[in-house]
Amino acid sequence: MTRIITTYGPLLAVAMGQTLLLALYGLFFACIIGMIVGIMSVLESRVCRAIAAVFVNLIRGVPMIVLAYFIFFGVPYLWNSILGIGGLTLTALQAGSICLALNCGAYMAEIIRAGIESVDVGQMEAARSLGLPWWRSMVRVVLPQAIRTMIPSIINQFIITLKDTSILSVIGFPELVNTAKNVVAATFMSFQTWAIVGAMYLIVILLLQRAAKVLERRLKYDA
Amino acid sequence: MTHDIKNIVHVSHLKKSFKSLEVLKDVSLDVREGEVVVIIGPSGSGKSTFLRCLNRLEEATEGEIVIDGVDITDKKCDINKVREKVGMVFQHFNLFNNMNVLRNLMLAPVDLKKKDKETARKEAVEMLGRVGLADKADAYPHQLSGGQKQRVAIARALCMRPDIMLFDEPTSALDPEMVGEVLEVMKHLAHVGITMVVVTHEMGFAREVGDRVLFMDEGRILEEGAPEKLFESPENERLKAFLSKVL
Repeated sequence: MTRIITTYGPLLAVAMGQTLLLALYGLFFACIIGMIVGIMSVLESRVCRAIAAVFVNLIRGVPMIVLAYFIFFGVPYLWNSILGIGGLTLTALQAGSICLALNCGAYMAEIIRAGIESVDVGQMEAARSLGLPWWRSMVRVVLPQAIRTMIPSIINQFIITLKDTSILSVIGFPELVNTAKNVVAATFMSFQTWAIVGAMYLIVILLLQRAAKVLERRLKYDA
Repeated sequence: MTHDIKNIVHVSHLKKSFKSLEVLKDVSLDVREGEVVVIIGPSGSGKSTFLRCLNRLEEATEGEIVIDGVDITDKKCDINKVREKVGMVFQHFNLFNNMNVLRNLMLAPVDLKKKDKETARKEAVEMLGRVGLADKADAYPHQLSGGQKQRVAIARALCMRPDIMLFDEPTSALDPEMVGEVLEVMKHLAHVGITMVVVTHEMGFAREVGDRVLFMDEGRILEEGAPEKLFESPENERLKAFLSKVL
């Protein structure tokens, strides 16, 4: 155990850094996608709602590992060979981030839609009755209330996404699981290595949960 | 236009259906400036739907609704501009839960750039004083009683200086001992000449404050007139039956 830590500790720490970097990129774009698609799914326009529903169902219906292969191998192949346009290469980090963003974005969209729908319609009606446009009412009145109820689900989704980065080891991104595999291959110490890797995930996720609790308490209304 | 008193609301042959259910069947009404019109009637008679059509929270299916000279059934009209001048008070208050009382009052005037922040704050505080809640400026809605919430909701609508106020069963969700404080505020508004359309089950209020009372049932106005006439000598059979139950 000590040998793994002293010899491969720095390597695993860097790999954890890569995992966090990938998760961060993924989550950042997932939040944007989730916000856009989530709001589209509560708009009056049927077209917008249909697009949102198709996106969410499509992504939810495909395993992330398939999505990862599709984006990393399939999309450049389509672009370069089938369409013959050429010149598209995706790094594992780019493909991984897109994959996480799409996957997590779809679930975030559902969380955001449910959060918005959980706010009493009277709140929107009151804002509209004062002359505020739909969009202003959304931003000033509905969303601030919706976000409060969404926080636990969003944190949960963050944690799932952080763990899902491990799936992206299959496209060769040097995140924690991929690096650990190499360590095991070099040392044959699989029990020790995977125990350490498990502990590293656990610590990061526990820290994330603590931060979430603090945030939740801060967002209470009482002045 | 040289009329001394103009019609602030003009509704003609309004119909409203939800899918196949026809809730309003040919309703017409004119409201003059400064008039207090009270709408009574059994549950499900279309009173609230009618009121909600007046600021287009519900879209009319057919007919014409002119508010302050603007035809709001016209899809091209700027409904937000009209709504600025039409205050609404809801049965369930609908105070913005994420804001304290003062910010509830200031939101629309500041956001719609009617007033700068300082003026809006001053007017909000003054308005709170008028509904007897000057000490509640910093409270959040969940810290208020039902009666206090409704008075804040009235103050919030008044901060936009509306030409007309719509009240949708403003006391129906209140504990009995809090009904009085809300009706007092509404009476005061009536006395200072604010045009009001009030949907209510408070017959005492209708009688005392209403300039005109409408009785609605099954999507139609069945009888209308001065409160004394309507309550003392009703003509319509259904109104008679309704009054015998509620009075």
